[in-house]
Amino acid sequence: MAAFCVAASELLHNMKQISGFYPKASCVIRRIRTTNPRCDSQIQPRAKSTPQQLVGVVGLEIHAQINSSTKLFSGSSVRFSAPPNSLVSFFDASLPGTLPVLNRRCVEAAVMTGLALNCNINRKSLFDRKHYFYADLPAGYQITQQRQPVAVDGTLTYSLLEGKKRSQVIRKNVHIKQIQLEQDSGKSLHDDVHSQTLIDLNRAGVGLMELVMEPDMSCGEEAAAAVRELQLILQALGTCQGNMSEGQLRVDANVSVHRPGEPLGVRTEVKNINSVRYLARAIDYEIQRQIGILQRGGTVQNETRAYDSKSGFMPEPNLPPLIVYEDNASLPAGIDACQAVVVQKIKEGLPELPSIKRDRLVQTYGILPEHSFTLVNEDGLVEYFEAVLMATKKEPRKVIGWVTNELLGHLKQQDLSVSQSPISPPALAELLELQETGHISSSVAKQVFQKMWRSPGKTAAQITQEHDLGLVSDTAQLHSICQKVVDSHPDEVHAIRNGNKKVLNKLMGLVQKETKGRADPVLVRKILQEKTS
Amino acid sequence: MLGLFFLGVSLALREGRISPTELCKKCLNRIKKTQHLNAYITVTEESALKQAQQSEVRLLKGPLDGIPFAVKDNFCTKNIKTTCASKMLKDYTPPYNATVVQKLLDQGAVLMGKANLDEFAMGAGCTDGAFGPVKNPWSYAAPYREQTGAMLESDWAITGGSSGGSAAAVASLTSYLALGSDTGGSTRNPGALCGVVALKPTYGLLSRHGLIPLVNSMDVPGIMARSVNDAAIVLGILQGLDVRDSTTVPAPSPLTELPQDFDVKNICVGIPKEYHAPGLSEETLAQWSRVADLFERAGAQVKQVSLPHTQYSIVCYHVLCHAEVASNMARFDGLEYGHRSQIDSSTEVMYASTRHEGFNDVVRGRILSGNYFLLKQNYQHYFVKAQKVRRLIADDFRNVFGSGVDVLLTPTTLSDAACYQDFTQEDNRTRSAQEDVFTQPANMAGLPAVSVPTALSRRGLPIGLQLIGPALHDKKLLSVAQWIEQRVGFPSISDWDYSRERSAHIH
Repeated sequence: MAAFCVAASELLHNMKQISGFYPKASCVIRRIRTTNPRCDSQIQPRAKSTPQQLVGVVGLEIHAQINSSTKLFSGSSVRFSAPPNSLVSFFDASLPGTLPVLNRRCVEAAVMTGLALNCNINRKSLFDRKHYFYADLPAGYQITQQRQPVAVDGTLTYSLLEGKKRSQVIRKNVHIKQIQLEQDSGKSLHDDVHSQTLIDLNRAGVGLMELVMEPDMSCGEEAAAAVRELQLILQALGTCQGNMSEGQLRVDANVSVHRPGEPLGVRTEVKNINSVRYLARAIDYEIQRQIGILQRGGTVQNETRAYDSKSGFMPEPNLPPLIVYEDNASLPAGIDACQAVVVQKIKEGLPELPSIKRDRLVQTYGILPEHSFTLVNEDGLVEYFEAVLMATKKEPRKVIGWVTNELLGHLKQQDLSVSQSPISPPALAELLELQETGHISSSVAKQVFQKMWRSPGKTAAQITQEHDLGLVSDTAQLHSICQKVVDSHPDEVHAIRNGNKKVLNKLMGLVQKETKGRADPVLVRKILQEKTS
Repeated sequence: MLGLFFLGVSLALREGRISPTELCKKCLNRIKKTQHLNAYITVTEESALKQAQQSEVRLLKGPLDGIPFAVKDNFCTKNIKTTCASKMLKDYTPPYNATVVQKLLDQGAVLMGKANLDEFAMGAGCTDGAFGPVKNPWSYAAPYREQTGAMLESDWAITGGSSGGSAAAVASLTSYLALGSDTGGSTRNPGALCGVVALKPTYGLLSRHGLIPLVNSMDVPGIMARSVNDAAIVLGILQGLDVRDSTTVPAPSPLTELPQDFDVKNICVGIPKEYHAPGLSEETLAQWSRVADLFERAGAQVKQVSLPHTQYSIVCYHVLCHAEVASNMARFDGLEYGHRSQIDSSTEVMYASTRHEGFNDVVRGRILSGNYFLLKQNYQHYFVKAQKVRRLIADDFRNVFGSGVDVLLTPTTLSDAACYQDFTQEDNRTRSAQEDVFTQPANMAGLPAVSVPTALSRRGLPIGLQLIGPALHDKKLLSVAQWIEQRVGFPSISDWDYSRERSAHIH
């Protein structure tokens, strides 16, 4: 959740301005930011160029459940939290004599993911059996792609937001070694009371993409940012739903430490992390643990499981090589184009990827890069933002703050998704329109927003009218209020007359206080200038 | 009637000379009379009679309608026990039919029962199954009894294996055809020793879905029949793509009956010199020469060819076979199905005792060596090397067929069937290495091969010869096989057996 962390920390500096409204929100931010200091503590010494300093090296192995209605090699349905063993075909239960039949949708998902991550798509890839005895692996082996995976040699570009205001966008790359198709295992439930193990095979045979990321990252925040970017890409592609808590995206990290320029240290694995936020923390904890051990003169122990080191691989004899074709022209005669996996066709169907979308948002709307991150990070927020723009003449640069501060702040505070927002894009647009046309002031607009949030269905105009929040532009009334303020603040008036024009703002604030923020600021300024000249 | 080819009996059925139910009863009756052969693990009397009745009602649609058949007990049969002759699956009842079984049932063929085999098809004698060995029907017929002077019940000969039950079922006239499986010769070997036609089709031409695997990359459902033409018709029905088996290929042509007047004049018959193997019996060699001469006299070109890597085939086969066995057998852990040990103090202990109790020594031995070959440190040295040798063996065949040879003519086995007492002097591994020597290279290369009985030996036991053809040339292969069949005059067991049946014999 580092990009979440990115989004959130960005939220933080925006929220400082409005923290009065959202006391809880700053709590959330503090919790999210806990990963950063550790990462910084590592990087800073490096910056001071002390080459003896130990630094972390992080590689990732990511299992992404393919978003497909059926399993990788059988026709069983794929569904989360179905009754145990209700989605199990004869093949999934490894009944003797059953054979795997490859699901084309899963191949297309892997190819599409590979293309989105700039991989080379292998025209021919192979399936292998990886053997180990485990109760939730009914065949005694997993079908995977060890020798020749479907996609290799790609790059994931992710961004870190750095600097005091987290407004500096640092782009980083991580090399994707390969993407392989493989089967998921079932689930074991250990019943300690009756000392028995219950097996649920619903998940057995669900298609996975295993993505191997090279150890190009140096701390939890980087790994978390990379995973978050991957999550966004997979969700944009629709190849994986990417929900970590439901196990759709599972991340194992290989962590080691070394001195830059020296060979990599002994690595350990950080496994079973169910959120991006904890991933960052767990990795940083492990880096600190290893550094601690080495600094005390100890050695890091490799804790790889025994079956991994010896387990045998064998080519899967029941599946011919998987062939994908470059384009329709390269299809051999007799092959049905609808049945074949054609790279060109998948390429053409690639949706807008998050990085492209961010660039487009910055260019089209003139918003800041960090705002584009916030928009893209939140499912549905870009669409929300663009829907608001459709319905208002207000400049995008003025709308963005409303979406990323007011709206997102309120959503986060109540743990809501964008689609659950009580204020719809047209409703927000109407509010902004009231402000834009001078019917209400900007501070009143914020009050109206809050009232709209609490009473969904009411329009901005209704609320403005009900609470008499409309802009006061009655010149006589404003003259009298201004006169009262000028009369009771002779020192300020004196200062202004002596040339300190800034003090005028203080008087303006006092007038707004009198009018509960409803006074037309342009008019007030004009009147005050007259009265203090 | 029982001694007929199935095409003959099919005609009799359609002409009303016998009804499917009568035929079924006759076969069931004969199964009872030949129970001592131990050819069947399960006899499906009740369902067979029901199917026969349905056949009658249907008024016999196709050539297979109402025809009794047997299935090796490593093909899954819905609601009928499928044991693989192993304690592990002693009480296992599959919920589905193997594709090849289903196709025969769809044609109206009547399933008589599940035929005996070596445990998980690992063997060359049909002597290593959990339900006991199968006895060669010919060792109860007059020629053997008279010529060997065999008096004792214990003097019987083996059927060969591993599809010994299927071969015995066809040879003893209890079924008109049978499904076997062929991984290293398991259909052709017992076919030759029991005097029946035994076809191992091109790899991928028949679906393996529902065949409990031995070596997935070599397993092929085999067809056993009383005549080459019968085998051809069954092949025509069984062949072709199956969506449930990704290794199947489309049939090159629809195959019906074979041409009765096939001309061998333009055929080139290769005689591989490496098949003059040590241990080849004089009589089998004589049959080999006899048939080669038949070809030559008929105007075919007969020439010696070389398959130089043949000698490495058996050892290479063993490495690949054991590795796949180790992998395929991993699923038998007692959890989802099959035998589960009472000893279950932990999951691991339960696995170990389940597998120890469920598998015989042969299976356990192959799993052990297979896992050894698959160990990370051994993989390159054994498995990968064996795969390379396999490629060389396949290339040998490709080169020969590329040089204009149409079929290869070889012996199927070294000699006629051994007496059980003699055969069991050596262990399963030694016997498998000896017995598969001529048959197994065709599996390595995925080629079609057929064993045709040619004569009885001096001991009164069948001798068969093998033809091997290029991939997907199964029909041509069978045409050549039929040409041999038409000329060698192999006798029917019913010539000596129950006199009541003799009148129906076609020869």
